[in-house]
Amino acid sequence: MNFYGIKAIYLFEMARTWRTIMQSIASPVLSTSLYFIVFGSAIGSRMASIEGVSYGAFIVPGLIMLSILTESISNASFGIYMPKFTGTIYEVLSAPISAVETVIGYVGAAATKSIIIGTIILITARLFVDFSIEHPLWMIAFLVLTSVTFSLFGFIIGIWADSFQKLQIVPLMIVTPLAFLGGSFYSINMLPPFWQTIALFNPVVYLVSGFRWSFYGVADVGVGISLVMTLVFMLICLAAISWIFRTGYRIKA
Amino acid sequence: MKPLDSLEMPRPAGASDPIITVSGLTKTYASGFQALKKVDLEIRKGEIFALLGPNGAGKTTLISIICGIVNPSTGTVVADRHDIIRDFRPARTKIGLVPQELTTDAFESVWATVTFSRGLFGKPPNPAYLEKILKDLSLWEKRDSKIMTLSGGMKRRVMIAKALSHEPTILFLDEPTAGVDVELRRDMWEMVRGLRENGVTIILTTHYIEEAEEMADRIGVINKGEIILVEDKHVLMQKLGKKQLTLHLQHPLASLPPELQSANLQLSPDGTELVYTFDTQSQETGIASLLRRLNEHGIDFKDLQTSESSLEEIFVSLVRGRA
Repeated sequence: MNFYGIKAIYLFEMARTWRTIMQSIASPVLSTSLYFIVFGSAIGSRMASIEGVSYGAFIVPGLIMLSILTESISNASFGIYMPKFTGTIYEVLSAPISAVETVIGYVGAAATKSIIIGTIILITARLFVDFSIEHPLWMIAFLVLTSVTFSLFGFIIGIWADSFQKLQIVPLMIVTPLAFLGGSFYSINMLPPFWQTIALFNPVVYLVSGFRWSFYGVADVGVGISLVMTLVFMLICLAAISWIFRTGYRIKA
Repeated sequence: MKPLDSLEMPRPAGASDPIITVSGLTKTYASGFQALKKVDLEIRKGEIFALLGPNGAGKTTLISIICGIVNPSTGTVVADRHDIIRDFRPARTKIGLVPQELTTDAFESVWATVTFSRGLFGKPPNPAYLEKILKDLSLWEKRDSKIMTLSGGMKRRVMIAKALSHEPTILFLDEPTAGVDVELRRDMWEMVRGLRENGVTIILTTHYIEEAEEMADRIGVINKGEIILVEDKHVLMQKLGKKQLTLHLQHPLASLPPELQSANLQLSPDGTELVYTFDTQSQETGIASLLRRLNEHGIDFKDLQTSESSLEEIFVSLVRGRA
C-alpha cells in the first residue's frame, strides 16, 4: 500500500479546498442560509408542521443533503477533471500508486470537504431554527456514507467529462432536479399517490428520508431501505470506477 | 571436461546489463493509428541513450508506455527486472519522467509540488534531499512562488525537480531542451552528466541532434514506429560519417584531367573548387596521394578545409532512406 501516495493526493486536494475557502465553504453556507431565511423563517412560519416537526426544522436534513450531494459531485469531479485537463495527470499515471489508492486520495478529500460543509451548515441551521438529533450516530453514518458515495459519483463524472460543459451538465441537469424533487423541502407523502410511486425511483428520496429519520425519527421510507439503497448506489459507483481503471477509459490511451 | 559456465566470456560488471528491455512492443491507438510497430530495445544500465526521430515517429508513445501513461497493445517492457504492468510498483518507483509538454499545476508553490511528487511515488518526506534538488536546479529562491508566476524555463526546471524528487535510477527526458535558452540548456546537460556519474540511466529524446552527439553514449533512431538503428555513437559516426576535403583552386579548371577522375573527386560547377570525399573509417584516406597527383598536374590551390558529416546529416539520410 502506497500510504505516502494516498496522503500526497489527499493533502494536495485539501490544499485546494483551503486555497479556495470562500468558494469552497462560504458559498454553500451562504446559499443554505438564504434557504433557511426564505423557506424556514419567512414561508415556514406560515406552514403547518409535518408529522409533528416544524417546517423550519423539517427542511434542515434535506438542505444538508442537498449541499452534500452537489458539493461532493462538484468537488470530486473537478478534482480529477483538472489534472486531466491540464495534463498533470501524467504524474499520477506514472506513479507507483494503484487505482484503489488513487480513488481513496481523491474521493477521500472530496468527501472530507463535504462532511465539513455539512457540519458547518448544521451549525448554521441551528442559529435559525430549533431542532434536536435523535440518532446522532446514524446521522453521522448517513452523512459520511452519502458524502463518500456522491464523491465516487463525482469522480466518475470527472473522468467521463471531456469539457467543462459536461462537467457541469450532470450536476445541473440531473442531480439538482433529483435533489429538489427528492423530498428536501417536503415529505413525499404530501404528493398525490401516482407521484409518490414515481418519487420512489429517485435515489435522493432514500438519502433524505434516512437522514431525516436520524434527526426526528420520522421517515418517508423505512430507514433500512434507505441504508440499503445508499449502499447499492455506492456499489454501482465502485463497479464503474473499477471498470474505468481496468480499461483506462478516458484517462489512458 | 570444463564446466560449461567457465566457457562463457567474462562480462564487464554492470556496464552493459540491460536496465530496460522492450520486447515486441506495439501500440495502435483507438483511432487506428499505429504508433509503434514491434519495437525491441535494450537500454543499458548507467548509459545516456538518445532516441532520435522526426515528429510523430513514436518517441513519446514509447516513453509513455514504459512510464505507464499509455497502455501497450502487445509486447512487454521490463524495467530494472520488473514487468512494468504486472510489477508496476517496483518498476515505476525506479523511473522518473520529464514530459515534453510543460504540464504543471498553476496555484501550487514549487515546494508543494515537489513534496507532492515525492509522496506520490511512495517515498517518505526528505526535505534535505528536496532542498538539494531545488538548489541544484537554481529553484531554491523560488520555492515559495506559485508555479504560474514562473517563466517557461523555470517551469521546465520544476518539471525536472519533480521527476527527480523520488530519487529515480532511470530518468526519461522527453525533449527537455525544446524552447529552453542556452544557459538553461547548459545547466541541464551539466545536471544530466552529474546524474550519470551517480549511476542514473538516462534516456532522452531531442531535436537538437548536436546534443545527442555531445551527450549520448548510444543512439537509437526511430521512424514511423520502428527502431531503424541502435548504435554506439562513435561507431555510428564512424560507420556513416563522411569527411570531405575541399580545395579552393588558384585557377579555375574547365574539367578534371582524365587521370584524376574518380567517384570520390568532384569539380564544382564553376571550376574553382575540388571536393574530395573520403571515409573516416579507413586507415588510408588517400589525401596524400591526391595532393601529390594534383601537384604532378600542376593544379595549385590557395586554401583547403575539411568537414565531417554531423549526426544530423546522418540522421536525415537514414530517415530519408527509409521513407
